[in-house]
Amino acid sequence: MAISSGWPIQPSAPSGAATIGQPVLSIENLSVHIGPARILQEVTLQVPRAGTLGIVGESGCGKSTLLRAVLGILPGGATVPKGAILFDGEDILTDCAATVRGRIGYVPQDPYLSLNPVFRAGDQIFEVMRRHAKGSRADHKAKLIELLRAVQLPDPEAALRKYPHQFSGGQRQRLLIAAALACDPALVVADEPTTALDVTTQREILGLLRQLTVERGLSLLFVTHDFGVLAAVCDRVAVLYAGQVVEHGPTRAVLDDPQHPYARMLLACHPDRATDLGGIPGTVPAATAQPPGCRFHPRCPLARAACAEAPPPMLPLGAGRSVACPFHAEAFARA
Amino acid sequence: MARYILRRVLLALPALFGLILLTFVLTRVIPGDPAATLAGDAATPAQLAEIRARYGLDRPILEQAFVHVRQVLTGDLGSSIFSGRPVMEEIVFRLPATLELTFAAMLLSIGLGIPLGLLAALNHNGPVDHLIRIVSVGGLAVASFWLAIMFQLLFAMEWDVLPLRGRSDLAYGAPPFHTGFYLIDSLIAGQGALFLDSLWHLILPAVTLCLPGLASIARFTRSGVLEALQKDYVLYARAAGYGRFHLAAIYVLRNAITVTVTQIGLLFGALISGAVAVEAIFDWPGLGTYAVQAILSADYKALLAVTLVVGVVYAVINVLVDVLQALIDPRVAEDIR
Ligand SMILES: Nc1ncnc2c1ncn2[C@@H]1O[C@H](COP(=O)(O)OP(=O)(O)O)[C@@H](O)[C@H]1O
Ligand SMILES: [Mg+2]
Repeated sequence: MAISSGWPIQPSAPSGAATIGQPVLSIENLSVHIGPARILQEVTLQVPRAGTLGIVGESGCGKSTLLRAVLGILPGGATVPKGAILFDGEDILTDCAATVRGRIGYVPQDPYLSLNPVFRAGDQIFEVMRRHAKGSRADHKAKLIELLRAVQLPDPEAALRKYPHQFSGGQRQRLLIAAALACDPALVVADEPTTALDVTTQREILGLLRQLTVERGLSLLFVTHDFGVLAAVCDRVAVLYAGQVVEHGPTRAVLDDPQHPYARMLLACHPDRATDLGGIPGTVPAATAQPPGCRFHPRCPLARAACAEAPPPMLPLGAGRSVACPFHAEAFARA
Repeated sequence: MARYILRRVLLALPALFGLILLTFVLTRVIPGDPAATLAGDAATPAQLAEIRARYGLDRPILEQAFVHVRQVLTGDLGSSIFSGRPVMEEIVFRLPATLELTFAAMLLSIGLGIPLGLLAALNHNGPVDHLIRIVSVGGLAVASFWLAIMFQLLFAMEWDVLPLRGRSDLAYGAPPFHTGFYLIDSLIAGQGALFLDSLWHLILPAVTLCLPGLASIARFTRSGVLEALQKDYVLYARAAGYGRFHLAAIYVLRNAITVTVTQIGLLFGALISGAVAVEAIFDWPGLGTYAVQAILSADYKALLAVTLVVGVVYAVINVLVDVLQALIDPRVAEDIR
């Protein structure tokens, strides 16, 4: 593995328990409710070791909630009636999630709002390193400066002493990427990390994220509503609709030949962005009023009585693909 | 930062100049005809004319205004119409008394208000939060003169644990004058017993005076902390492993305090006006009692001096608050043109 920076990568597995074949993150049948709202329903996903998984879906479908469950920062009032999240084989949902903090790096959605304006940027990252990284403060500083070089932030020494408002949005996102890598994580999770940025900066940041994760052999869980971004960053993709995974597979294959009726309709109307299905009847259900069974059935041209009874299981399609619709092979009546 | 401070000071100057002009207008309007007041009820027209000439009241109004501004700028606030003594002489003794009282009340308001607000926020909608809310609404609603009298009845007369009035016991008298603050001057003079005695005398008036400010500081801190806890950077910090207590009590407090600090300037204004009643009740020889005497005796020179001095102190406090804010939140110094 080519490593550009000067320090050795910490082995990402803490013990012999984790092996190369085992996914670094495994989400199993995860349901999350917030009060009466059933936000996620039986979500099952794996992030392969040193691989990238994208989660794509319209806004409000539960992408951020999924990441917050992984990070152990679900909002107050959230309950998890069902499921498990295994990180390196360790259940981080029921055990104290704090033990894995630092081993999961987080790149937030909005670089403008995610740094505290009244503290120096450097101090905020050092505080995280003090909690989770080995070594002394001097080691941390040397390492962070290396990382700021790696994310191509100009004049890293001076940057550490600046306050967040003294950086542009793109620079702040570079800082936050460096922060996400500061404790030698095995997994990086990123929540639409470029939505708040302009298009040119977006491309640079995505390239950087992709390059750094590949160079360092990191796994990446990446959330987006943008298919272009998805294709640029992720090997594999899971399509989410109203808190259910409807399709899962290699990015190219899913984008070129979607199988689930929702994915087919969505990609037909909006080939670049997951936004609402404009001309298609019905709307995304409110989180408090999810239909039973397949949550897409009220809008689905292939729906029949069975669809309202139980959530359809994921059907394997071969070549690492699966789809949550037994009728996916049928053509739409009016197409 | 230095430029920011300079700019704040320069911005305060026009306000002070406006205050000088305003005092001029007020002193010419409020007492009616100052010459008539000076001369008394039985004055003849000739005596009135003589007084007008002596005090320059017969000059054109613009000239009078000019003379007034020049006198104030050179520190000459004139002599009391009542006692004939220069008002500055009186102010020098009374201002420190009032400042000692208001600063003590301010320290109590801030020193207790911030932790209480924080406690309420940490216990959001819990019993402690409700208790603090009830007490702080009470603190705002209860008139300080009523509270002062209740305190006197209980602590001084019923239980006799705190002194009833004054800045120190007659037996001790006043310490040699350096700053006019008894707590400081008694220490300079090495009079430990007097220091304790002054502190003892300060407790009831300062506690009475601090309550409304304490209530509003607690409320602002509470809402500031709760608001800051909703921010994305808190979510980010939680993902980085900050615990709940550390987040609320340390990490977010600095954000919350920026709002609280803006209140300190306003608080000072409230304390000064509250001091008028509190000083009168506790027989505290400060500017408030002086102002009351001046109003009752229509001593417009004294009133003018009190107004000006309070205005200057208020302006200084507000500049200090601005600087404090810039120290807490680095964006403040840069945002203002
Ligand atoms: N703190 C919260 N309290 C209640 N409902 C929430 C909260 N956060 C998110 N939700 C609801 O959960 C659903 C999914 O939100 P989210 O995970 O943010 O979606 P996405 O990131 O895909 O846009 C939405 O319906 C949203 O209204
Ligand atoms: Mg989101």
